[in-house]
Amino acid sequence: MERSSLLDRLRGLALVGLGGFAGATSRHAVAVAASAPELGTLAVNVAGSFALGLLLDAARRTDAVSQRTRLLAGTGFLSSFTTYSAFAVETAALAPRWAVANVVANYAMGFLAVVLAGLVGRWTA
Amino acid sequence: MTDLLLVGLGGVAGAVARHLTATAVERDQWDTLTVNVLGSFLLGALVAVPADESLLLAAGTGFCGAFTTFSSFAVDTVRLAETGRPRRAALNAAGTLAAALIAVALGGAVGVALGSVAP
Repeated sequence: MERSSLLDRLRGLALVGLGGFAGATSRHAVAVAASAPELGTLAVNVAGSFALGLLLDAARRTDAVSQRTRLLAGTGFLSSFTTYSAFAVETAALAPRWAVANVVANYAMGFLAVVLAGLVGRWTA
Repeated sequence: MTDLLLVGLGGVAGAVARHLTATAVERDQWDTLTVNVLGSFLLGALVAVPADESLLLAAGTGFCGAFTTFSSFAVDTVRLAETGRPRRAALNAAGTLAAALIAVALGGAVGVALGSVAP
């Protein structure tokens, strides 16, 4: 019993780590391709929020999403694909007007993405 | 190729550290707030130190980027608003932003201080 729960935890950490590898490298690839670092961060944050919204919404509605999928795709990939630290550091480095614009863009589009994901989940349910 | 490997390995450590923090904190939104503020502090310090490119890729883009998360923060915030707690949602949004920006500034000050004493 003890042994299998330890194995389960280690397997969970492995899934999160694997997803983290893919999420961080994908975010880096987007950053390299973006014309400005702030735009790369905005793109991953909005896309990742939409996808996590879809995943968690599906997990809440059905039992089709396994705990393993949540760990690998949600906690691992999507949470590592998006980032708050780069958003905060980039915002702090911008001139005040652009800093406000950056916060509004990330917050408004990120929240909207989650709301839209919920609507998509309802439509397809 | 090496760049991606550095970012990826940092990402593994960041994601695992975030997951361990979440299981240790285990209270609504506080785990996400904790990682976002700590990670912002660390990234603020890293970019202020005249660090080498490899360290920035592994510890900054990889670790801090993966340790912190915008998607969980956004889902948490929207969920609070949707479940009839709009004030807590607004507080989570504004509070995370304020705390993270202060953390970046503090981290920057620490980074500059460390950079000036480093050989």
